[in-house]
Amino acid sequence: MSHRFTDVDAVREGLSKVDYLCDSGLAGVVYLADRLDKPVLVEGPAGTGKTQLAKSVAEITGSRLIRLQCYEGLDEARALYEWNYKKQLLRIQTEREADVEWDNISTDIFSDEFLLTRPLLEAIRATDPIVLLIDEVDRVEVETEALLLEILSEYQVSIPELGTMEAVQVPLVFLTSNNTRELSEALKRRCLYLHIDYPSMEREKEIVLAKVPDITENLADQVARVVRSIRRLELKKPPSVSETLDWARTLVLLGVQHVDADVAAETINILLKYQSDITRAGKELATVEGLDT
Amino acid sequence: MGKGGQGSAVTVADHAPGIGTVGGLPVAAGDPLLDLLNGFIAELRAVGIPASLTENLDAMEAVKHIPVEDRDTFKYALAATLVKNQAHWKAFETVFEVYFSLRGAQYEITEDDLEDLADDAEIAAEGDRGGSGDMLSPEELAEMLYRALMRGDAEMIRAAARQAVRRYAGMEPGRPVGGTYYLYRTLRNLDLEGVLERLMDVDQQTEGGVDDFELRLRRDTYELRIAELKRQIEAEIRRRLVADRGVEAMAKTLRKPLPSDIDFMHASREEMASLRKAIYPLTRKLAARLVRKRRHGRSGPLDFRSTVRHSLSYGGVPVEPKFRHPRPHKPDIMVVADVSGSVAAFARFTLHLVYAISSQFSKVRSFVFIDGLDEVTQYFEGTDDIAEAVHRVNTEADVVWVDGHSDYGHALGVFWDNYANDVGPRTTVLILGDARNNYHAPESWIVKSLREKARHLYWLNPEPRSYWDTGDSIVGEYAPHCDGVFEVRNLRQLEAFVDRLA
Repeated sequence: MSHRFTDVDAVREGLSKVDYLCDSGLAGVVYLADRLDKPVLVEGPAGTGKTQLAKSVAEITGSRLIRLQCYEGLDEARALYEWNYKKQLLRIQTEREADVEWDNISTDIFSDEFLLTRPLLEAIRATDPIVLLIDEVDRVEVETEALLLEILSEYQVSIPELGTMEAVQVPLVFLTSNNTRELSEALKRRCLYLHIDYPSMEREKEIVLAKVPDITENLADQVARVVRSIRRLELKKPPSVSETLDWARTLVLLGVQHVDADVAAETINILLKYQSDITRAGKELATVEGLDT
Repeated sequence: MGKGGQGSAVTVADHAPGIGTVGGLPVAAGDPLLDLLNGFIAELRAVGIPASLTENLDAMEAVKHIPVEDRDTFKYALAATLVKNQAHWKAFETVFEVYFSLRGAQYEITEDDLEDLADDAEIAAEGDRGGSGDMLSPEELAEMLYRALMRGDAEMIRAAARQAVRRYAGMEPGRPVGGTYYLYRTLRNLDLEGVLERLMDVDQQTEGGVDDFELRLRRDTYELRIAELKRQIEAEIRRRLVADRGVEAMAKTLRKPLPSDIDFMHASREEMASLRKAIYPLTRKLAARLVRKRRHGRSGPLDFRSTVRHSLSYGGVPVEPKFRHPRPHKPDIMVVADVSGSVAAFARFTLHLVYAISSQFSKVRSFVFIDGLDEVTQYFEGTDDIAEAVHRVNTEADVVWVDGHSDYGHALGVFWDNYANDVGPRTTVLILGDARNNYHAPESWIVKSLREKARHLYWLNPEPRSYWDTGDSIVGEYAPHCDGVFEVRNLRQLEAFVDRLA
């Protein structure tokens, strides 16, 4: 079986070409997922690029991205497959006149033609390379998680009427979780685990430079440093990377060349979404003393 | 774990050059790397990280693909297969540092290093004046450190950390002291506070145009670099200790509890910080779980009338039983917490947790006491910053009556006199404390009467069960009057209790 990447550096370089900047840890895990044919469970704070990782990997490997957005109440019929029962009914009605044996009909109506594939089955049956993204898997109930287990470990789907469908090619699977609940041991065991945290100051600066057009090096540096300082405070919701980018774009639009205390105070509501956080950050940044470390 | 751990430091160092060929190739059984990995995983389990057999096999598979020389990637690869919970990361990292601290080119300990170790010990013994060989003088070292921090060059910081350890730690082979002792010695000599001041002063003077905001940002930058330096120093000390004592012995000395297992009563400052960090995701998870439980919980009792009504359409056969809508009980909570000395941390975390999920209760009122008692509900109202409120409780509540030593009898008396009328059949009372009463009168009739008025009354004790009723602890006096007395020493137990409560 051929692999998608030759080594860890290839992953990192590929990702950075599509403006997804990452460290060697992340690249290593993606590389391993490819080599070991294992799904990757990506956790981390909101807005650190978990979903984007799957998209970027799909882009650099030239794969099609199939996405399953999870939500409470997600079931088999939405995730795996469903029988197209209207069509089955039609079929039965047309056969009725023709006086066909029951056995024939019953095998007929449970064939490929009447199967509606949903994302998971589609990923298994596709012949082209696939990246499967199962987004926010922590939103489904624990019981529903079990739906995923077969596909994650064996890359197959069992349909009682048709038998087992095995993967034509092994898709690269990413599961993301915002960690609102503990995922089951069974699920975790089948996956490689990757925790994406907020990027380092240097990397965040690179990200800002890559993603925000027309920003000066100097401003990007300041943006990254301010955000880093804010994240050190104990806040309800620290600013995410996407919020950093929004802030940087705003500053560029406002024509700001240099961030000082006033500019920061006026625009900080783009970074922080809770009033208590805004007050605290405003108070903290006004003092030179710094945190007690 | 006997067999797996045979790959001790010496064999590792001996085999180290040969390992390089492992990357990408199948590894034969009995390979020193696999032996080392076995010991490593056994140690992870000893720390409390649940690494299953399949995960173990995955790790073995993973190391075939990632060369051990690429240390960071190697670390993440192992973590990806073995550690599936972010809260365990720190523990993992420590074990990793111990087991693999001698791997990878720049980390390898050579014979020279071991000799250095002996030399350094002598130098340190001679006193501060002995700058021999490639050792820097204290002034040179201070300058190097200053430059490294100024520029934030990772390599320089690492080099400075190494020099600092050689210079100041005074490590002696075979001496049975922990790494913290050496760390303390090194840091004391470096005077990092002073260095920070110096860095800040220079910034303030040379560039006249720098405003306070910019200064603040720079200070943060320097502080982070200093934190990095400390980490490097720690790593260097650990590396040398491992070389001296062997992997397993070191792993055992460094074994630390996971955040959810840290004992509230004996947490160090650092552990407190990691507890504070752990509590927020925990409350979020707990709240999400409780909301789900509520929504998906079993339906209510059988609705007889509706069942009969629906049975009519089946000719009187009750085919479809109907149930009432569940009306989950939302308790009123009254928390009465001892906030004296050693149990204060416990009270803080419990208050934090209870308020974080207060939407699950119809009302939460809280009281704190030492020998006097004060209501602190108002601190939590109208703020969404629980940490801040808890802080105010600590500083502003009026809880001292006579001498500031716990007096459960008197505190409960005050509670009974002032608030007992608010305790009703929907109220759940939680009393938090170790019941170390300093030999005052227990007044346990109050607990008894409270329980009669309340729906439930629970007592949470942060002491290990084996300490109860020893010395001046009188849990036994109160216990018969409670619906339950629980040992709650760590976040894990606290979470389990709150889960039950809601």
